[in-house]
Amino acid sequence: MPKINRRNMLKLTGGAAVAAKTAGLAGILATGQSPVIAQTTTVHWLKWNDFVPAGDEILRKQMLAEGEKALGIKLNLETIGLNDLQARATAAIQAKSGADIIMAFNNNAQLYAESCADVSDLCEDVAKQQGGYYDLAKAQANDGKRWIAVPYCIIGAMIAYRKSWFDEAGIGKFPETWEQYREAGKKLKAKGHPVGQSLGHTVGDAPAFCYPLLWSFGGREVEADGKTVKLNSKETVEAVKFMTAFWKEGHDEGGVAWDDSNNNRAFLSGTISATLNGASIYIESLRKPDSYKTEAGKQMKDDILHAPLPKGPAGQFGVHPFQCHMVMGYSKNQKAAKEFLSWFHSPAVYDKWFKVQKGFATGPTTSWEKSTLWDEDPVMAPYRVAGRLGRVYGYAGPAGQKAAEVLSKYIIVDMFAKAVQGMAAEEAVKWAEGEVKKAYGT
Amino acid sequence: MATQDASLVASPARRAVRRVRQLEDERKLAFLLLAPTGILLGLFIAYPFVTGIWLALTDTRVGVPGDFVGLKNFVKIWNDSIFRIAVWNTVWYTFVTTVFKLALGLWLAVLLNRHFRGKAFVRAFVLLPFIIPTVLSTFAWKWMFDPTFSVLNWLLWKLGIIDARINWLGDPDLALWSVMVVNIWRGVPFYAITLLAGLQTISPELHEAAAIDGARPWQRFWYVTWPLLLPVTMVVTLFSVIQTFADFQLVYVLTGGGPANATQLFATYAYQLGIGTGLLSEGAAISLAMFPILFLVVILQLLYIRRVETR
Repeated sequence: MPKINRRNMLKLTGGAAVAAKTAGLAGILATGQSPVIAQTTTVHWLKWNDFVPAGDEILRKQMLAEGEKALGIKLNLETIGLNDLQARATAAIQAKSGADIIMAFNNNAQLYAESCADVSDLCEDVAKQQGGYYDLAKAQANDGKRWIAVPYCIIGAMIAYRKSWFDEAGIGKFPETWEQYREAGKKLKAKGHPVGQSLGHTVGDAPAFCYPLLWSFGGREVEADGKTVKLNSKETVEAVKFMTAFWKEGHDEGGVAWDDSNNNRAFLSGTISATLNGASIYIESLRKPDSYKTEAGKQMKDDILHAPLPKGPAGQFGVHPFQCHMVMGYSKNQKAAKEFLSWFHSPAVYDKWFKVQKGFATGPTTSWEKSTLWDEDPVMAPYRVAGRLGRVYGYAGPAGQKAAEVLSKYIIVDMFAKAVQGMAAEEAVKWAEGEVKKAYGT
Repeated sequence: MATQDASLVASPARRAVRRVRQLEDERKLAFLLLAPTGILLGLFIAYPFVTGIWLALTDTRVGVPGDFVGLKNFVKIWNDSIFRIAVWNTVWYTFVTTVFKLALGLWLAVLLNRHFRGKAFVRAFVLLPFIIPTVLSTFAWKWMFDPTFSVLNWLLWKLGIIDARINWLGDPDLALWSVMVVNIWRGVPFYAITLLAGLQTISPELHEAAAIDGARPWQRFWYVTWPLLLPVTMVVTLFSVIQTFADFQLVYVLTGGGPANATQLFATYAYQLGIGTGLLSEGAAISLAMFPILFLVVILQLLYIRRVETR
């Protein structure tokens, strides 16, 4: 009997596979190639933990399996916290290894433009079929020469407010101008129901409130040439002075340290009467109708309405957080990754995901405004046209790296935060302009 | 043929013997034993450090290899008001927390050095803040400081001490102090347990002799315990200063450096620029700016330790 050693064992175990025209493990090792069965392309998709858990649930339980079947690939979905996405993207790009598709938030894809594969063909197809992308999607996922990321969705940011408390304070209709909102805030705070707003270092709500406020008073960080910094203007000072007064008169002053979840908790616990938010507060109240009640014992979901940020002397604006998917330049599976994104954004497939979002995420193209979803719940109706109202961070300049630097240093947010904490408006604006100039190198 | 075979058989054995003999040379043996440590230090300390210096001297962005720009990044951060705030915050944060951690840690160590029932249990319990993963315990603190749901505010209000909420992390003056409290809470056990180990090496006979000579407890501590504990204290403080100076997790979880940069430290600002903005070179320059300050602190402390030991 021959001696059985490790090498013989490998050959013997391969015996059964000989029938299947392979040479066993030894044969596989000798060819240096994986057997056919293991050659299925795996696409690694890294995205955030959806604020609407049902969004990730339908992907994991249903849609990924459908995609695997339709495309003949394997899909590996990994979800992480929003604030960790950039760290992961940076590490992957520097190491030239990692997920094949990485989600980017707002204008972050512009920071990684050189490391993104060209997805122009795919985006142009989607745009053609679905009524064209909104300007805000194009400004953030296209670097002027090509599409660097595939627009995923727009998260409408609207003010969620308590109808009964507004009625009680004699405010029948949601304020249309900032001055009216300030008056409303005064009345609401007097009744123990202040407005809540984050002015902290947090990626979502704080900048999405501060930038539109600045724009609606006529202030801007840079001119359209992307070089002339003109933040220190009469208009900016007016915006800061307005916010300082509004803060004291109408706001919950704890907001200076809030992150993106504090206002949700404060609203759902009945501490604040209004706050700028994605629709996550309302959706959470729908998800657990008996957990969140008004002081009258009624379900809170029936007492929530939404409205856009008010108008200022220079107009009405909003920033609606934008998400897109980068196919990474280092990826060896770019073809499969693009095929997957193309499949995902085909109307019949995307519609399944879009519907479970219940309006929290709106489509990046105009055709999604026509979805029947918007007729289901009138409370969500204001989110329908969020994509049309949005401007991008860095306005009036481009949404490039300089704008991202100003945003990630929280210069505009801190300009307001410093003023509400006691610094003179003129001083806060002067400080912010100095910092913005350094970012733009002027 | 037979001779050849014998030489073939014998040669590996002879070579092995020769190798073993070579190891009897202390210099070679030392080199061999130190090699793994050297490789590890080289890979995980020296290489990242040198890469960091190189990055700081270029204009590298994420995914874009940069060109050499000399000290441009350092000039930019020198003129950056947020960087200056971060420098001051880091120095103040390190100083205040180190003083408190040392004082409270020493106090705790002296108490734990006494004999009492349940001593082992209490000693283990004291280590808890140090054992729990920092991010986890910091999240608990974040809830305790929450402007709306703070249990601390609730307690103070119930006790009738306050009538309005305290904005622990939102008030620019209070925010850094709140972060310091968490750092002190987390760092005291490290001091306490290490100093306790130091206390246990001090012979009780010295205390007895001092007591017989009429020394009061405070005098026994000052003239017997403290001088003997000093070398250990210096080493613990050295480690702690380095760790505190480069602290990141606490601030990142509690405030992200806000409000309005009131709690911005070296590490959080380096992260914000390097990762948030993709300016790896500027992030590296900020991290590297820590080095001269830390280097000076370490040199001073090591010199002092040597002086104390050779006394």
